[in-house]
Amino acid sequence: MKPFDYARAGDVAEASRHTAKGATVIAGGTNLLDLMKLQVMTPSALVDITRTGLDGIEESNGGLRIGTLVTNSDLAVHPIVRKSYPVLSRALLSGATGQLRNKATTGGNLLQRTRCPYFYDTAAACNKREPGTGCAALEGRNRVCGILGTSPHCIATHPSDMAVAMMALGAQVEIEGLNGTRAVPLDDFYRLPGDTPHIETCLEEGDVITHVTLPAPPEGTQGYVKVRDRASYAFALVSVAAIVRFDGGRVVSGRLAFGGLAPRPWRTDAVDAVLEGKSPLDAAEAAADALLSEAEGHGDNDFKILLARRTLRRAMRELSESQA
Amino acid sequence: MDVTLSINGTDHRLDLDPRVTVLDALRHHLGLTGTKKGCDHGQCGACTVLLNGRRVNSCLTLAVMHDGDEITTIESLGSPDALNPLQDAFVRNDGFQCGYCTPGQIMSATAMLQEAEDGWPSYISRSLETDPDLTDEEIAERMSGNLCRCSAYPRIRQAIAEVRDARGMAAE
Ligand SMILES: Cc1cc2nc3c(=O)[nH]c(=O)nc-3n(C[C@H](O)[C@H](O)[C@H](O)COP(=O)(O)OP(=O)(O)OC[C@H]3O[C@@H](n4cnc5c(N)ncnc54)[C@H](O)[C@@H]3O)c2cc1C
Ligand code: SF4
Ligand code: FES
Ligand code: FES
Repeated sequence: MKPFDYARAGDVAEASRHTAKGATVIAGGTNLLDLMKLQVMTPSALVDITRTGLDGIEESNGGLRIGTLVTNSDLAVHPIVRKSYPVLSRALLSGATGQLRNKATTGGNLLQRTRCPYFYDTAAACNKREPGTGCAALEGRNRVCGILGTSPHCIATHPSDMAVAMMALGAQVEIEGLNGTRAVPLDDFYRLPGDTPHIETCLEEGDVITHVTLPAPPEGTQGYVKVRDRASYAFALVSVAAIVRFDGGRVVSGRLAFGGLAPRPWRTDAVDAVLEGKSPLDAAEAAADALLSEAEGHGDNDFKILLARRTLRRAMRELSESQA
Repeated sequence: MDVTLSINGTDHRLDLDPRVTVLDALRHHLGLTGTKKGCDHGQCGACTVLLNGRRVNSCLTLAVMHDGDEITTIESLGSPDALNPLQDAFVRNDGFQCGYCTPGQIMSATAMLQEAEDGWPSYISRSLETDPDLTDEEIAERMSGNLCRCSAYPRIRQAIAEVRDARGMAAE
């Protein structure tokens, strides 16, 4: 690890002052320290936010307000999350390991970096790690890379499971910056790579995530289906977070979000719009058509196009069976 | 930087570079070498300790972030002539071959059993809301953060299942 200055913030305002001067926030440290050991990230200063007290989960406006420091374990096992937002519990429990979930935080999980192998390899060309150097994945081992929303400058995927469930739930991110606080829908939080893949979110200097809020629990059946290389403890190749209302064997409405396919947890109104009035399997096919019409494989990851369709089918079948 | 870590009930004051992980503080600065370094990247679980009662990977956290926190390591669990129940079960069931992953397995299992007793579901639990059934498959899922290069998994699971049964925990 490269040397760095370490400061512990007593409150968010103090953390914000540090980040405005270029310090990097450290929370659970499970992603940042991994990348610092490999010198993929080399911050010259860290500001530790773990003593800022943002570790509570409270009911608010019929929904939930989750402090950024709430661990992935605590969020997954919270009684209200288990009962009313099961898609989020399942997504969290599908990620990483018991040890990591005890440390990983809500904000840190949203901001974890890609698992593209060339991002981790400091000898490889990577526009995300070092802007302007190119993208080794385009012609390389791109099995884990994306098929939607990518650009010729970067085809990496966002690895979070939690964020996919939060996208389906319509979460908002609360941010405190130098000019006060603001709330950003998760839909608008992540940016597509375009020609600046190193800029991944709408966060600016001085910004610190303080909370994530969930709206009131949605009607319908919820589920998270994750397909990966091993039965446990692996990142998603494809995942689907689904919240679907059925009536008499037909889909009334649904909200779908996808992991493993794109630089951000992926969700579009156009996909949700085709579900209405169809049988579960017809809805899955129509959603897959809408989702994948512009999907583009890059070689090793071509399989994700078919896998996404099949995962959608499985998600719809499992949800319709579970509510029957 | 000055930092005070409470390790196995005793406060230790250390002057550390901010880069020192909890794992390196234990092994290199305090001579507590029971906690092992496998991957140093949060992948293998050999470095598992309890931090304020929760299992974590000590390789992926900085010691300076834990001023005043309580850390529990394998050294506190038992002694050679008075093994704790998990240690004893690992020995009797051949829950290891080389033994390198064992301290991490035992620390992880210690916390895992507590999590199950506290009603925490896992990804494979049928219901998120009822108390989990700690079946052998559940044990495997919940212990997936502890890799064993010797692949002693069947016996590791068996040793943990024995302690589960001795504690009267539900398993269909
Ligand atoms: C072996 C392994 C397996 C894993 N498997 C999975 C998996 O299957 N699924 C999955 O989803 N994840 C997985 N993960 C990733 C894990 O979920 C993340 O490492 C974790 O969620 C990051 O949270 P953290 O609090 O530790 O973040 P940190 O490492 O502390 O921070 C991550 C980033 O977020 C920034 N940050 C953190 N909090 C804030 C804030 N409040 N405001 C502004 N910036 C902030 C930091 O500056 C940093 O850039 C795995 C990780 C490992 C090591
Ligand atoms: S896909 Fe993105 S992260 Fe991977 S090598 Fe290309 S630029 Fe880097
Ligand atoms: S040494 Fe910490 S997880 Fe491998
Ligand atoms: S017993 Fe050798 S690594 Fe597990």
